Amino acid sequence: MIPAALKYVEADSATAAIAALSEYGDEAKLLAGGHSLIPLMRFRLAVPAVLVDISRLDGLSDITDAGDHIAVGALAKHAEVESSSLLQSEAPLLAHVASKVGDPSVRHRGTLGGSLAHGDPASDLPAAVLALGGSIVVQGPDGERVIDAAEFFTGFLETAISETEIITEVRIPKSGSAGWSFQKFNRRAQDWAIVGVAAVLGASPKVSLINMGLTPLRAGAVESALAGGGSAAEAASVAAEGTSAPSDLNGDAEYRDHLARVLVERALDEASS
Amino acid sequence: MTIMGTPRLRKEDPKLLTGEGKFIDDIHAHGELWMGMVRSPHAHAKIQSIDTTEAAAAPGVHSVYTGAELQEMGLWVAPLPCAWPVTEDMVNPPHYPVAADEVRHVGDLVAVVLCDSRYGAVDAAELVEVDYEPLPVVASIDAAVTDAVMANTDISSNKAYSWALEPDPEAVDAAFAAADHTVVGEFVQQRLIPAAMEPRGVLAIPAPFGGDITFYTSTQVPHIMKVMLAATTGIAENKIRVIAPAVGGGFGAKLNVNPDEILAVTLANKIGLPVRWTETRSEAAFSTHQGRGQNQKIEIAADANGKILGIRVHLDADMGAYMMLLTPGVPLLGSFLYTGVYDVPAFGFTCDGYFTNMTPTDAYRGAGRPEASYAIERAMDLLALEVGVGPDEIRRRNFLAGGEAFENLETASTLVFDSGNYGPNLEKALKLADYASLKAEQQRRREAGESKQLGIGMCTYVEICGLAPSRALAGLNYGAGGWEHAMIRFLPTGTVEVVSGSTPHGQGHETSWSMIVADKLGVDPDDVHVLHSDTAHSPLGLDTYGSRSLAVGGTAIAMACDKVVDKARLIAAHQLEANPDDLEFDGGMFRVKGTPTAEIPIQGIAYEAFTAHNLPDGMEPNLQEQVTFDPENFVFPFGTHIAVVEVDEDTGGVTLVGYTAVDDCGPQVNPMIVQGQMHGGIVQGVAQALWEEASYDEAGNCKNPSFLDYLVPSPMEVPNMVLDSTVTPSTSNPLGVKGAGEAGTIGSAAAVINAVCDALSPYGVTDISMPATPQKVWRILRDAKGGEA
Repeated sequence: MIPAALKYVEADSATAAIAALSEYGDEAKLLAGGHSLIPLMRFRLAVPAVLVDISRLDGLSDITDAGDHIAVGALAKHAEVESSSLLQSEAPLLAHVASKVGDPSVRHRGTLGGSLAHGDPASDLPAAVLALGGSIVVQGPDGERVIDAAEFFTGFLETAISETEIITEVRIPKSGSAGWSFQKFNRRAQDWAIVGVAAVLGASPKVSLINMGLTPLRAGAVESALAGGGSAAEAASVAAEGTSAPSDLNGDAEYRDHLARVLVERALDEASS
Repeated sequence: MTIMGTPRLRKEDPKLLTGEGKFIDDIHAHGELWMGMVRSPHAHAKIQSIDTTEAAAAPGVHSVYTGAELQEMGLWVAPLPCAWPVTEDMVNPPHYPVAADEVRHVGDLVAVVLCDSRYGAVDAAELVEVDYEPLPVVASIDAAVTDAVMANTDISSNKAYSWALEPDPEAVDAAFAAADHTVVGEFVQQRLIPAAMEPRGVLAIPAPFGGDITFYTSTQVPHIMKVMLAATTGIAENKIRVIAPAVGGGFGAKLNVNPDEILAVTLANKIGLPVRWTETRSEAAFSTHQGRGQNQKIEIAADANGKILGIRVHLDADMGAYMMLLTPGVPLLGSFLYTGVYDVPAFGFTCDGYFTNMTPTDAYRGAGRPEASYAIERAMDLLALEVGVGPDEIRRRNFLAGGEAFENLETASTLVFDSGNYGPNLEKALKLADYASLKAEQQRRREAGESKQLGIGMCTYVEICGLAPSRALAGLNYGAGGWEHAMIRFLPTGTVEVVSGSTPHGQGHETSWSMIVADKLGVDPDDVHVLHSDTAHSPLGLDTYGSRSLAVGGTAIAMACDKVVDKARLIAAHQLEANPDDLEFDGGMFRVKGTPTAEIPIQGIAYEAFTAHNLPDGMEPNLQEQVTFDPENFVFPFGTHIAVVEVDEDTGGVTLVGYTAVDDCGPQVNPMIVQGQMHGGIVQGVAQALWEEASYDEAGNCKNPSFLDYLVPSPMEVPNMVLDSTVTPSTSNPLGVKGAGEAGTIGSAAAVINAVCDALSPYGVTDISMPATPQKVWRILRDAKGGEA
């Protein structure tokens, strides 16, 4: 629980942060809310030589209406996402999911960009962004690019962001009147989901799964079944197909597969009711 | 009693709630050095070699010591103490603070670094190179029992002792031979990590000259610590002052004498500089003892009506790698309670204690009694199923004294229960919980085939606390007495100082003691100041564990107050020129009966006693009295807990949706403190039933030492509890009080698991092991339904 020595750099702008990342390369880690990184550092599972603190950057935490989507600043805290009336009306799933992350102290420090950048398959917010068909805006030395959430998570705790890029914004398409649901099953209110499901119906229903593989992922088999006219029960029965659930003290893969089927059915039922 | 018995806010709380409480980590000494602990990553291994060169050269490092070096330095004169060698022939190989040649659990100390910063100490400890030769590991009780592998190369069997409480084995055999019904329960008491809010920490400060040492430690037992430090280190006891500052919870895990404590004191004494250490949360899974760790088998023989004829119990108990202060005795504390609140004609109990290569076990909230009440109360539900009656009815049929009030009743486990009145207590709880409506709702859900089924479970517990009659402890081979000391003194300005041997670590002693004194002496509770937890202020005491403070220490305070009043009466009589027998004492005022104007307040007497200008001939000045109270019997609180759970058959999730507890701890000094004890105690037992378990792999690694996956429940997981009480005074002390610190934990785990089993009973499920995780529930249900979930 005692982190190793490191160099601390406070970035006062996105440009400064990118410059610091360019200077220190893979020795550097960005610090936003710190609720994933600091525990890893305390266990010395992460030993960054340089911490680039972006938590005090101005202008990266606004939540604004950008026409067909809502633009959420990467440093918007979960509590800000949760209480945003814009998100509550235009993409209610995201606001709701933010309210279910950890406990109040986590939600007042953790950031949406940080949660996506960490890419933890057990986290709630990546699943919400996936189910909403969101995209992630990253900025680097060569400018800005926009990555579809479906292309963003590339491996266990790995994403499509390069070493010298930072997330500046998350774009959430307005979900309008589409039905939605979030199902999170855990043993204590503050825990990560043993399995979770986010679903947004509408023209092309999107369903995503929490803690069912190495990355936050879309439930491809479920979505195909729905697209093919399958019922909620039929679609739910294939929820675990194409996934590779982990086994840990909270549950083994067989149990998680079962939970995925139960929770997908509940999500589809709730979203369509 | 006017103040006693009324809810009263704690006088400790403003300080604690505003951050003014000083815990170990808030206290610093100039020039202090941090200990950096080098711990074994192996559960069992020989130490081949240790290279400390690089660590010694690290920034800020003062010195580095290996176990072998410390042994040669002669810092201690005896191994770490085990004060409870339960049998004459108990095997207990010497256990020194730092291993010199063999490590026996993950986290066993192999070397220590002294450094001028905490970060530097941890960094330097990582630089110590240790070569290990791994040895085969004993990572479970089951493995220990086979003796295929030894947990310690110095022993020839993992079994450390066999202990029996078998007053009449033939009677037990006869009971089983005559039985119409027998049930067998086999239960596992999983290991638990105590997880006090404040981890343990130490700070040893040597005096600049004279050889005295002041030792701050986050402990429940400063007085026992002082004796044990002297006995272990060879430092004269009068040179050692032990202070327990604000202590953030203990639950039994802070009643030990730990390697880090011996190290801090001896190293500070050796080098003449302050030495400190604070364990981290994950480190606590290795550096502080764990709780429970028993495999239990209980058998009940009953007649056709379900009336118990006999009970037979065997335990295999997990000592862990070493015998700590009370390790071997913990199962014995429960041995007398496997007959529960029931009339049991024949009883036999045997226990084998085994070494394993895991963190040592020792007392944890309830220490042996939660295990006992779990076994008997689970088995009573099995008997109810077997006989075909409800869990309430099987209990009614078996209550001691037919469920009616009794005093001083000898039981089959050889103890005399001080007092009880079990029937009305059960009926009050059933009514409060509205048991009939709950059963109706359960039936409705079953018939409707709903996915969320209801389970209702009860536990009618009795526990043994108020440790203890010293003679009874002698009979158990316990290494100390069970008395408690108190001193009451009036200061010249009319305030009262209480010197308490009993030492709080969250219980609110300052408040409760003030209330007793206020009632006894007729003073304002705010004029009472309690000195405690510092062996320089309070030289005599046996500290706080086993729900003993009020029954023993509180009684000592009340008795000392009586002596103060007796002396004050003599002075008042002298000053009022009256016969002492003609004085009445009420509300702090001595009055001559029938002469209302002739009166004098006790504060006035105190001042007279201080000036000593006009005292009776031959009387000593000052108003100060002390009492050491050694009770003649334990106390036996009891109660009924009723848990209501909802089981989601689709996910296996268990939600505690209701909890009712009617506890009887005798007269309550401060009902608000009793309620707080019940809230916390109940949740700690529920936690064992549903969430907590120290999981070990086959190599002896604890898989969940951090709060990431060691699941301590939060208020979010617990419903509002409905608490009430009955009042049956104890015959063991003049206040009639019992104990409340552990009762909640003793009553709750069985109630919750009985409820889970009740919910699953339509599928023929009769047992589930703790913790009842969602996966376990789902899998049991799937199997019970024939493989289809």
